[in-house]
Amino acid sequence: MAPPAPILQMSGICKEFPGVKALSGVDFRLLPGEVHALMGENGAGKSTLIKVLTGVYDIDGGRITLNGQDVVFAGPLQAQQAGISTVYQEVNLCANLSVAENIFIGREPRRLGRIQWKRMRRRAAELLAGLDLHIDVSAPLSSYSLAVQQMVAIARAVDISARVLILDEPTSSLDSGEVEQLFRVMRRLKAEGIAILFVSHFLDQIYEISDRMTILRNGSLVGEYLTSELGQVELVGKMIGRELADLEKLEDRPPARTSEPLVQTEALGRSGAIEPFTLTVHKGEVVGLAGLLGSGRTEIARLLFGADHASTGALRIDGEPVTLRTPRLAMNRGVAFCSENRRAEGLIPDLTVRENIVLALQAMRGWHRPIPRRTQDELVDKYVAALNIRPADPEQLVRNLSGGNQQKVLLARWLILEPRLLILDEPTRGIDVGAKAEIQRLVAELSDGGMAVLFVSAELEEVLRLSHKVAVLRDRKLVAELPNDDGLTTGVIMETIASGGRA
Amino acid sequence: MTALVRHRLFWPAAVLLLLLAANVAFTPGFLSIEMKDGHLYGSLIDIFRFGAPLILVAIGMTLVIATGGIDLSVGSVVAISGALACLHISGLPDQNDVGGVLTAVGLALGLALVLGAWNGFLVAGIGIQPIIATLIIMVAGRGLAQLITDGQIVTVNSASYKLIGGGYWLTLPFSILIVLAVLALTAFLTRRLALGMLVESIGGNATASRLAGIRSRGLTVAVYAFCALCAGIAGLMISSNVSSADGNNAGLWIELDAILAVVIGGTSLMGGRFSLGGTVLGALVIQTLTTTIYSIGIPPETTLLFKALVVTVVCLVQSPAFREKVFQRRGRRRPAAPQATDDEKVEVPA
Repeated sequence: MAPPAPILQMSGICKEFPGVKALSGVDFRLLPGEVHALMGENGAGKSTLIKVLTGVYDIDGGRITLNGQDVVFAGPLQAQQAGISTVYQEVNLCANLSVAENIFIGREPRRLGRIQWKRMRRRAAELLAGLDLHIDVSAPLSSYSLAVQQMVAIARAVDISARVLILDEPTSSLDSGEVEQLFRVMRRLKAEGIAILFVSHFLDQIYEISDRMTILRNGSLVGEYLTSELGQVELVGKMIGRELADLEKLEDRPPARTSEPLVQTEALGRSGAIEPFTLTVHKGEVVGLAGLLGSGRTEIARLLFGADHASTGALRIDGEPVTLRTPRLAMNRGVAFCSENRRAEGLIPDLTVRENIVLALQAMRGWHRPIPRRTQDELVDKYVAALNIRPADPEQLVRNLSGGNQQKVLLARWLILEPRLLILDEPTRGIDVGAKAEIQRLVAELSDGGMAVLFVSAELEEVLRLSHKVAVLRDRKLVAELPNDDGLTTGVIMETIASGGRA
Repeated sequence: MTALVRHRLFWPAAVLLLLLAANVAFTPGFLSIEMKDGHLYGSLIDIFRFGAPLILVAIGMTLVIATGGIDLSVGSVVAISGALACLHISGLPDQNDVGGVLTAVGLALGLALVLGAWNGFLVAGIGIQPIIATLIIMVAGRGLAQLITDGQIVTVNSASYKLIGGGYWLTLPFSILIVLAVLALTAFLTRRLALGMLVESIGGNATASRLAGIRSRGLTVAVYAFCALCAGIAGLMISSNVSSADGNNAGLWIELDAILAVVIGGTSLMGGRFSLGGTVLGALVIQTLTTTIYSIGIPPETTLLFKALVVTVVCLVQSPAFREKVFQRRGRRRPAAPQATDDEKVEVPA
């Protein structure tokens, strides 16, 4: 049987942002009645592709055809009118309005200018019943779970005439029962001939629901595959960009540490974020956290720093049981945390480089014990030089620095505290190669000096090069803890991720 | 020259000088200051003296705004503080008794601190939006002030109390000296100690501040309490100057003038960087404007309109985007980002 003609075809799509080529020559097609997964690591270009498709961004090159006709959308509204609807991870409906109002907002059934409430509620109930959802449509949307809200959003999108439905990470905040419910709805829509573009970081879900997948890497197309024909290991390999055969053992692997334990967790977990895990970090040891985005890497880091509260389990530092209710308590114990989200969670953009660097130390001392200006200048000069922060002007506003230099400012903030455990969440993401190498070298030096480092990175090579031990995460669960010995390669890590540690 | 123009305080200072120049044109001898009975007299001294309560309230407001908040309750706190002090003094057997007056001052400022801490608790402890949290005392506080004065205007006859708002010391009005002392203390706390940097970082990025280990809750409560303390002192000044406490009208709308002074001084309503010097300049601009309206004989029914027009012009002139459009200066000057956000919000108090 020949496949039906694609309803949507994108060819040779190029999109450039200042200094970054976000998409280069990407082809993508969507067949009616299929669930098509768009795969790729963070920054591979998935969301750019969706935004280009829905008219949020203009395209710099290539063409989009919908039902065989060339289309150019000026904005999401036009795309929606043409039959392309998007449901985002964060439901963007009005939680204070009723379910029925949400579905018909802006297009309420009217007669003589008056809204026909009864008819609106009846139609809303019919529509949801079509998705196997039997709820009171006059209740406010906020009284239902996220999954139901998600489905109301889908119902609205479909009713507006969707032929193409884009679901951008719809499952990331749902539990497994809710995911099942969502999948039932997706299968039903699929049977009605609607084409669904599905983005998720959960591999199991991709394999359960999708028929076909398109993989992107660094803004380029890797290929289009039938889900049934591509194994999980191959998929991870294609997303990360290494074929298993190519993987070489790394040369200067750090020798294992056999020192006393610094931080021990016993079934520490936080419901909805990370399942209970048991992990020990020794003094001077670099522990790598490997796993795909959304696998729970950041959640572990935040628990160990007291940024989130654990809901189960125990944490010991130096053998003493501790409860970290605030980051400050963790800092008192010698734990430091460089967030992956520099802008939102790290830097104060309006303050200078100097102020940003001394901020954590000043917070530890309290407002009434200022750090003498001379000490500040000495500390700042030392780290500006040591980390090669450019421009080397401590009075420059940190917002004016490049991403790599901002990262180094953040590192400097924690290094002057001389922590015993330094948690680095994606310290090398989005920064240039030179700065990346400098940060890696620094991590190795710090660990030689006795500092323990928890190193979170999406780049497996980097994790392998630096770590004494690699903890592998998948679907918010710590699935394996692998010593970094001769047998460990990125291939083994990828297989562990793909198999979920069952192998 | 360009360095001067680019200075943060250039535009507020320029506006102030312009207003003063307008006064000189209308009132010859405006700038003259003379010595009478060992006291300094003159229009400039008057501007400082009558502007003293506003400067005080605006100093406290600056810190609150720097944390990303706002305090609408200062006007009510002004009224409450004056009312409580006057009530206590009016009940004294000897109204000139210094000890009794000091007790009254202590009581009034203590209550102001409690009210400010309550504001801070609502904002930082419970997480209510500052504009709503402080609205409670803005509205309820007027009632409280009336309750204290029993709905009457309480008058006192105390020379010791009169000193605060109407007296002289070392040839200068005492209120000016109080303002200078509070300003010096605030500058010391924020710039010599590390309070300013921590406040700016809370206002600049609250999430990042928490992750950097800053205890923002306690700091925020302290800042609101300090703001109310400043308002309390201003309330003492106002009631002392007229030797009476009026729960209805004392400090009415002073919160809006204070917010305006902060904004004219170049502190962004979004929080973050603040400038105490700018705030003082801003408050002086507002007070000079009021003086100007009287001295050049604007008809009373149009004073508010005139004030609004001048304030609009001041805010437009301060906006780098506006200047670039209108004056078409050669070469691009990089606008300071915090200022760029000021002008959008400025219309509110005007």
